[in-house]
Amino acid sequence: MSDEPKERAELQSDVRKNPRRIAFITRRTSPQVRTQDDARVMTYPTALLKFIVVLQVAFLALVWWSLTVNAPLEGIADPMHTPNPAKAPWYFLGLQDLLHYFPPMVAGVLIPGLVVAALIVIPYFNINIEGRSIWAKPAHRPWVMAAVPLFTVLIFLLFAIPQFTHGDGALPAVDRFLDLFVPIVPTLLVGGALLLSSRYSPQSPKPFQRWLAGKPLSFWIMTWFMVELIVLTAVGTFFRGPGWSWVLPWRSY
Amino acid sequence: MTIKTGFERIRNSALWRSIFRSGEGSSNLHRAQAVQQNLLLHLFSVKIRSRALEFKPTWFLGALTLSTFFILVVTGILLMFYYHPSVPQAYADMKDLQFVVASGVFLRNLHRWAAHAMVFLAFAHMFKVFYRGAYRPPRQFNWVIGVFLLLLTLLLSYTGYLLPWDQLSYWAVTVGSNIAKAVPLMGDKMRFLLLGGHEVNANALLRFYVLHCVILPLAAVALIGVHFWRIRKDGGLYVPEKKS
Ligand code: HEM
Repeated sequence: MSDEPKERAELQSDVRKNPRRIAFITRRTSPQVRTQDDARVMTYPTALLKFIVVLQVAFLALVWWSLTVNAPLEGIADPMHTPNPAKAPWYFLGLQDLLHYFPPMVAGVLIPGLVVAALIVIPYFNINIEGRSIWAKPAHRPWVMAAVPLFTVLIFLLFAIPQFTHGDGALPAVDRFLDLFVPIVPTLLVGGALLLSSRYSPQSPKPFQRWLAGKPLSFWIMTWFMVELIVLTAVGTFFRGPGWSWVLPWRSY
Repeated sequence: MTIKTGFERIRNSALWRSIFRSGEGSSNLHRAQAVQQNLLLHLFSVKIRSRALEFKPTWFLGALTLSTFFILVVTGILLMFYYHPSVPQAYADMKDLQFVVASGVFLRNLHRWAAHAMVFLAFAHMFKVFYRGAYRPPRQFNWVIGVFLLLLTLLLSYTGYLLPWDQLSYWAVTVGSNIAKAVPLMGDKMRFLLLGGHEVNANALLRFYVLHCVILPLAAVALIGVHFWRIRKDGGLYVPEKKS
């Protein structure tokens, strides 16, 4: 694996047709070059027809949904009456839940800004492009093993410290307990899976073990982000009530 | 005259050929021309790897996102016929949709649920693209365009959220716009620019309306165009190497 050359030069030497042309094909970075012998079909009508079928499926599903569930409409906007809780649309409730823990400067500006910046730069890092397993280099192994618990503690402290410094003494003990431990659940899950994958061999006969063992760092970071996003959004949507206290979704408040 | 020959006669007529240029015929040349000589379709390549059309690589999530966007444009235009971006008429228009306009509730539902679906699908599409490694060179920039499309989708949904002018929309937007205050130095100025005032009021409704119905959709159409054009320029959809 490691003695495979990183780059390969190919020469196009039909000088009558083309001036000399050298192409550098960097290992594992240009999927386009390798798949050119694939079978192809016409865009019109084959692909177009397929898109129309997809469109129809989406349309029928949404028509069915629209016939069964009505869009909410409450009373006319009234600046004098603040509902409790006042909730943003569901896709921002993860952010709104962060606002419960951190000052707006952190939860509303710094974190979303970092997330957007991180998403943009993903394809510009070689480590993401090569996609080598996080366990590929034995020398890195202890570092990864140490980084996971460290990161977990860091995330825990991140959510815990604001709780203790300007903690809301008015909240019941159950609420404070959940505030402390729910935000760490995604990190425990994904970190646990990461540590588990260290015990699997990339040559394992079991497909799941083989799959998990081959995952690169970028996979683990993105998965952590996705699980965190899902959990925070679900918490904000279903489990937060008046004063952003914990509620059960099937109890009305 | 069978249906087939009937179609062929239409497609061979002078009128049809003046519009679509490629005439009757089902040779690959004709089919290639049908793509190349069409303003919208020529964003795409004439041929496409058949493996890229299967369910597995994409789960059709990009196509589904585009589908919801189409549905939103059509239902959105219909809704504009019944809507005034002013206080309190906006809310009265919602009530009219509910009780006066034929199928008004259905129209509003379809627009609302398609909007939620689009946000969800754009996220799902992003994760799917990531997990199959389709962001790698030469597709880096299309990924970046995608991130901006995701932000546009969120902004479209967020600006639309205010338009019914009910308690739900008013306070959701108030919560959101208060976050802007936390931006250092220019937070208050940004918020003022967005709302046209210090509070969510009639000016904010008008600004959100213009953003929601004109500026953001135009930006989205432009970026979606670039997104699709880049798919062709980057060598078509990514499918992993065949294991030999
Ligand atoms: C309005 C939102 C969007 C629309 C309508 C859209 C549409 C599409 C469509 C139809 C495809 C074809 C393949 C597929 O279905 O996966 C595609 C591919 C792609 N999309 Fe999107 N997309 C959107 C947002 C995004 C986002 C948020 C990202 C990532 C941040 C993204 C990144 C990409 C990339 C990199 C490809 C190329 C994949 C490949 O070459 O295989 N797109 N998009």
